[in-house]
Amino acid sequence: MYQDTIAAISTPIGEGGIGIVRMSGPDARSIAQNLFDKTLSNHRIIYGHILDPESAEIIDEVLVSFMASPHTYTREDIVEINCHGGIVPLQQILALVLKGGARLAEPGEFTLRAFLNGRIDLSQAESVLDIIQSKTHASLRLAVEGLEGRLSGQIRSLRSELLSVLAYLTARIDFPEDEVEEQNAIGPVQDARAKLTNLIDTADAGMIYRHGIRTAIVGRPNVGKSSLLNRLLRESRAIVTPIPGTTRDTLEEIVNLKGVPFVLVDTAGIVKSADPVETLGIERSCKAIEHAELILLVLDTSQPLNEEDTEIIYLLECKTVLVAANKSDLTTIASLGDLTWPIIRTSTLTGDGINEFESKMVDIALGGKVTSSDAFFVTNIRHKEALQRAANHLAEVQASLEADMPDDFATIDLTAALNALGEITGETVTEDLLETIFSQFCIGK
Amino acid sequence: MVYDVIVVGGGHAGCEASLAAARMGCHTLLITMDLNNVALMPCNPSIGGPAKGHLVREIDALGGEMGKNTDETFVQIRMLNTGKGPAVQALRAQSDKKLYGLRMRNVLEKQSNLDIEQALIETLHVDESESGQILRIITDANHVYKSKTVILTTGTSLSGRIIIGEKSYAGGRSGEAAAYGLSENLRQLGFTLGRLKTGTPPRLDAQTIDFSKTIVQPGSEVPLYFSFDSPSRDLCFPSPNPAYPQNGQIEWRKQMSCYLVNTNDRTHEIIRSNLHRAPLFNGTIKGTGPRYCPSIEDKIFKFANKTSHPFFLEPEGWETNEVYLQGANTSLPEDVQLEMIRSIPALEKTEIIRLGYAIEYDYAPPSQISSTLETKRIPGLFFAGQINGTTGYEEAAGQGLIAGINAALKIKGKSPIIIQRDQGYLGVMIDDLVTKELTEPYRLLTSRAEYRLLLRHDNADLRMTPIGYELGLIGKERYEAVEAKRHSIPVELERLSKTVLVAEKLSDSIENHRLPALGRNTTALEYLRRPEVSYQSLDTLGFANPNLIPDCIEQVEIETKYKGYIERQETAIQRMQKLEQRRIPDWFEYEEITGLRYEACYKLQRFKPQTLGQASRIDGVTPADIALIMVHLERARGKGKQVQSEKVSSDRA
Repeated sequence: MYQDTIAAISTPIGEGGIGIVRMSGPDARSIAQNLFDKTLSNHRIIYGHILDPESAEIIDEVLVSFMASPHTYTREDIVEINCHGGIVPLQQILALVLKGGARLAEPGEFTLRAFLNGRIDLSQAESVLDIIQSKTHASLRLAVEGLEGRLSGQIRSLRSELLSVLAYLTARIDFPEDEVEEQNAIGPVQDARAKLTNLIDTADAGMIYRHGIRTAIVGRPNVGKSSLLNRLLRESRAIVTPIPGTTRDTLEEIVNLKGVPFVLVDTAGIVKSADPVETLGIERSCKAIEHAELILLVLDTSQPLNEEDTEIIYLLECKTVLVAANKSDLTTIASLGDLTWPIIRTSTLTGDGINEFESKMVDIALGGKVTSSDAFFVTNIRHKEALQRAANHLAEVQASLEADMPDDFATIDLTAALNALGEITGETVTEDLLETIFSQFCIGK
Repeated sequence: MVYDVIVVGGGHAGCEASLAAARMGCHTLLITMDLNNVALMPCNPSIGGPAKGHLVREIDALGGEMGKNTDETFVQIRMLNTGKGPAVQALRAQSDKKLYGLRMRNVLEKQSNLDIEQALIETLHVDESESGQILRIITDANHVYKSKTVILTTGTSLSGRIIIGEKSYAGGRSGEAAAYGLSENLRQLGFTLGRLKTGTPPRLDAQTIDFSKTIVQPGSEVPLYFSFDSPSRDLCFPSPNPAYPQNGQIEWRKQMSCYLVNTNDRTHEIIRSNLHRAPLFNGTIKGTGPRYCPSIEDKIFKFANKTSHPFFLEPEGWETNEVYLQGANTSLPEDVQLEMIRSIPALEKTEIIRLGYAIEYDYAPPSQISSTLETKRIPGLFFAGQINGTTGYEEAAGQGLIAGINAALKIKGKSPIIIQRDQGYLGVMIDDLVTKELTEPYRLLTSRAEYRLLLRHDNADLRMTPIGYELGLIGKERYEAVEAKRHSIPVELERLSKTVLVAEKLSDSIENHRLPALGRNTTALEYLRRPEVSYQSLDTLGFANPNLIPDCIEQVEIETKYKGYIERQETAIQRMQKLEQRRIPDWFEYEEITGLRYEACYKLQRFKPQTLGQASRIDGVTPADIALIMVHLERARGKGKQVQSEKVSSDRA
């Protein structure tokens, strides 16, 4: 039996607005009970509310079921929290259970536990492998994307500052007779804590936004870009929140398609432009294209492709593009045979092909490997949880330094904080630490 | 005649290995190149320090010799890192090098079951016979020895090459021959060899040093010993060496001081203008040197803005005038060494007795051994010490002890011992060796031990002695004393938790002794938890247990004051337990796991980890890889069962 309790969002988010946070492990019951305003009872579903234990604020209206070991899927204690409020409360609840002591489950870990605890048989092992493999691919891809973002840059610099403090403390311990000049260790730790807290706050506010796939809708005027956007917004089962665009001319909108968040950038703006003719079409498209990870190219197939179309197509070379062959309700004239991108016939007027178009967007986003993904959210929460752990450890470091505890205790928590940050960036401490020690201090008798 | 165990090499690894095997009842032979150089300390005279000192305590608690040998022969001992935390405090002694070797030789000679011979080994052969495998080793004089197991502890002698400035010649430890034949032979047997480098500083004549211009570093004022079994017999000390200043004597034991001097601008200038003559910089030396032991030319080159570096003057023994110049590792030519040293005021008239030199030698990258130190390629052949890429007397001795034990267990048909990372530095070291890529000689550091709060030097006996007793390396009396200590700790903690200090009654007494105020009624345990309170304070207030021995008091204090940290490390260990216990069979094929990333697969094939825990520590192996392996292991086990049951049913049919 495992010692730790794992948690994850266990349903694809966005489907019907209901999501489940599932926990498995010895502390599942106590962690859930601490957040729940009613008393849990074995194998019964209880209606109540999840409260933030710190602020006593109601997070969501929920149904919670507790199933005691061993008659459960994993043979461990399991708690399932059914939420109604959509993605945001779901993520908040997951964050709360992680804060309460659960650990975020690895991809496929519930099934893995079920298997290793002898709950499911050998033939089912194959499917476990599939889950782990496919999710690993998706999350690896995401990890790479995340790493290129601002978050990882900030974490890297934070990490190297802390590493330098740890190097100082460790050098004095491991090489007590070498000359290691006195440094102030509390200052940098305090700084790092402040930066970390800031990072966690922004993670809360912009978590989904930051990790949505930046998607630009491009095309020459009057091909149906805005109609496509409106279709996607209407079809989207959970519109999260509109966020004003970073450029003056565009608006960004987050839509959630089959659990995958997209940040849609309409180059023409959401509101019809005051200018009846979009003279700046190409210029705007250029900007949006530059920053987009996925491009939705809208072409009007009721007319032959013109020079403007060709020019846009030329701009899109080397990009990930999905083509909406729009106005399928009219006679098709344009020939799209030369395009190598996936093409879906759509009619933004009648809605024909829009479902298919959405599926294709999701497929492309996930590299065609995962059909329903909570990986995006997992990545987010995983990062946030790691940041939170790092922050907690740094608080301990500061406390022990201020209390004048022996240096070694500060190094224990500092190492733990660095390990937590390393989970995001994929770096380990020992070798980096030695490298830092030997580059910063002249060690060696 | 066929020996049970033959140990090749009489350095620190070889001594511990042969003693352990012989003490466990195996018919053992120790072959060394030069009997006069048994347990030689070719580099510095010190034993111990952070992590290394911990290791010596563990070796002692497990029934090894290094701790006792040091205790009887040190000229100075100190406790380092006091005040930096209980986990990182460490003993460090300066040995009388000659005495150290003599005493060890004495122990070896007296040991029953142990033969000692002087010879240079050229080749090793594996013979398969009906009665099992026999290892045959042949000396340069064509003499043949046979054994069931062989432990190679070759130190720096494998194709050793010594470099001093522009000169270089073949050689092992200072002044010894190198073993070239064995290097070639190991390659023929299929082992991969790599090359490492290390260096030593020049030795000075104490009579030519002006000690009045140095800073004195005396030994400890309080009795300190490495061995948990403090030396029982009185030691004879020679009369004071007139080459050294005769200052204040330390009561509990005669000791010698060390002395500190500093380099200056002129020293640095001399080195800088001669860098082109340093083999490190002109490309003569190709091997990788250790970062923690840089040469003085390296220090000055890399830390150009540092205007001064410390050099420690360490006497090499009671009677010799030879002084080890710690911190001055160099391979510069003779004339530069002398000029550089004489630029320091205290050393203006100094003569060099022995030159500093760099040495390059072959080692076998330790992915080729398992955690038992047995080679994966040839069962019954063990590697210990520098051949595994480590540096340090203590690291060598630790491996020697484990190799000796495991060779003996193999002879007895018992399963080997593997010290876990949460059990001791011995475990941390060996586990690091078998899971990590070496880029420099491996030295043990406290920062390598993730559970170091539990691996304290003060509790090495609690951790290791039961294992030593089980193996027959520790006597019953000593074992029972350790168990008594172990049991008294929770009893005392329990007593303290039930002892209530009544604020009203004690306020006067507390004020009189300037102890922290109680505030309200509190248990003795809670009170002891406060940083300013010690067990001594409880004694002052009349709440101590007078029968508690100092060793136990220390444990009670540590367990009380650092409870939270200790519990956290214990939780972390529990979390890893599942992975650590999960064994990966030798035949396990990583290529068959679809979805395992190429990098992970390559590394896993190379290191062939024995447990999932080890696999998880290999650089480049992710948690997802581990999950994949776990499932495949489970599946393989299921298949194994299936095959078995099919066999049973067909037998019935």
